[in-house]
Amino acid sequence: MEPILQTKHLQKSYDGSHQILKDINFSIKQGEVVVIVGPSGCGKSTFLKCLNMLEPMDRGEIYLDGKSIEREGKNISLYRQKVGMVFQSYELFPHLNVMDNLLLAPRKVQKRKKEEIQKEAETLLLRVGLWEKRKAYPRELSGGQKQRVAIVRALLMHPEVLLLDEITAALDPEMVREVLQVVQELAKEGMTMVIVTHEMKFAKAVADRVLFMDGGIIVEEENPQEFFVYPKTDRAKQFLNTFHYAALEI
Amino acid sequence: MDIHFIKENIPLYVEAAGLTVRIALIGILCAFLVGLFCSMIRYLKVPILKGMVQGYIELSRNTPLLIQLYFLYFGLPKIGILFSSEQCAIIGLAFQGGSYMAEAFRSGLESVSKVQKDTGLSLGMTEKQVLQYVVLPQAISTSVPVFCANVIFLIKETSVFSAVALADLMFVTKDLIGIYYKTDEALWMLVIAYLLLLLPISILSSVLERKVRYAGFGNTSTVSGK
Ligand SMILES: Nc1ncnc2c1ncn2[C@@H]1O[C@H](COP(=O)(O)OP(=O)(O)O)[C@@H](O)[C@H]1O
Ligand SMILES: [Mg+2]
Repeated sequence: MEPILQTKHLQKSYDGSHQILKDINFSIKQGEVVVIVGPSGCGKSTFLKCLNMLEPMDRGEIYLDGKSIEREGKNISLYRQKVGMVFQSYELFPHLNVMDNLLLAPRKVQKRKKEEIQKEAETLLLRVGLWEKRKAYPRELSGGQKQRVAIVRALLMHPEVLLLDEITAALDPEMVREVLQVVQELAKEGMTMVIVTHEMKFAKAVADRVLFMDGGIIVEEENPQEFFVYPKTDRAKQFLNTFHYAALEI
Repeated sequence: MDIHFIKENIPLYVEAAGLTVRIALIGILCAFLVGLFCSMIRYLKVPILKGMVQGYIELSRNTPLLIQLYFLYFGLPKIGILFSSEQCAIIGLAFQGGSYMAEAFRSGLESVSKVQKDTGLSLGMTEKQVLQYVVLPQAISTSVPVFCANVIFLIKETSVFSAVALADLMFVTKDLIGIYYKTDEALWMLVIAYLLLLLPISILSSVLERKVRYAGFGNTSTVSGK
């Protein structure tokens, strides 16, 4: 099967000298869930931002459905509609209530009918257990609730691929599960996702493939059973050990 | 205190206050638009215009309104540009207030985080849509306290309009003093007129501020434009 989203030789630096991403060759197939793990600061967020064209890359190509994507121009909006993203800091628009948060982009960007989107939004809210909150403002929601709304907001654009950047990292522990459950359900339904996470148990459960990133390159690429039990490189072993110890300390 | 004199001249003050209010309203609205325009230029980093805006803001903030009015009313006619007293007052207010409003907008725009913008973009919005639907509404509500302070400041500034022969409150007062020597009465009426104008606005603005703070849009700490 052809990859739905692909990068070739993606390179990125913020200051022109220090390369954050050195040479990323990445691909994901329809319905696949790829989890990216790696130490803090290794460039995971930068990679997702490049994938979403929020950060310009220095070199390399991005392909969606086999077609090379131009880095500038009007097609960026179209591309971003197909490649959705959810951020760590549960960024709902604070001046809009839940429903208006959900309606904004489908209406203004895709020019869809309000009634149609509203109906779909309500169905999705019901599924993530937030239908009662449809008129609430973000400040009235917990972090976990906000993040679920953010996921619904991204889904309403009908993306082909969803990028999730540490979407539970800023949440209190008791809220992590409610968000990860939603993601897990999406995975079951065949949503194509690139997930950056530090939740190793979740990664193991949800991933079809795990990428271990370090120093701006993909060091290891494996199925989760293999990676979490028998990491090949010392760097991956070390990385996984820190989680092991962290888990023991608690 | 000559109560009869005061009663007799109340209509004069009411009329003058009406004029002050009308000019203040138009002038402040213009200042608001000038400020919005300037802050957009700076936000979008439009070349050339950006520099001009910066120059305007420095000029406006570092010269008193009285001098700006003199320039408009006495200076410009020398090169053939004539404005009426009212026009001078409105232009002066817009010129002076525009820079203050621009600074208020700027503090609001800066309070909207990059992730908010990225979120808008990641949903496929264009830069313009992000500005219109995500950044500006938050920026404006964050700026409300500074706006209110600016409005009050600008209304107080209207007291110099008599310098360009506008028949405003100050003008009427000076007139009454000049003609009848009723200094105490005239001055008291002036003070009370300005109080009656400004108190409701002050109260309204604190209500508005509390509302905005309660709404909790972004960061509501007041970065003063002054
Ligand atoms: N906007 C930016 N400007 C400059 N450097 C940045 C920026 N964003 C991230 N970096 C740097 O790039 C490196 C990778 O960051 P990031 O992609 O956020 O890592 P991760 O998500 O894996 O923790 C870090 O060293 C970080 O300091
Ligand atoms: Mg990150």
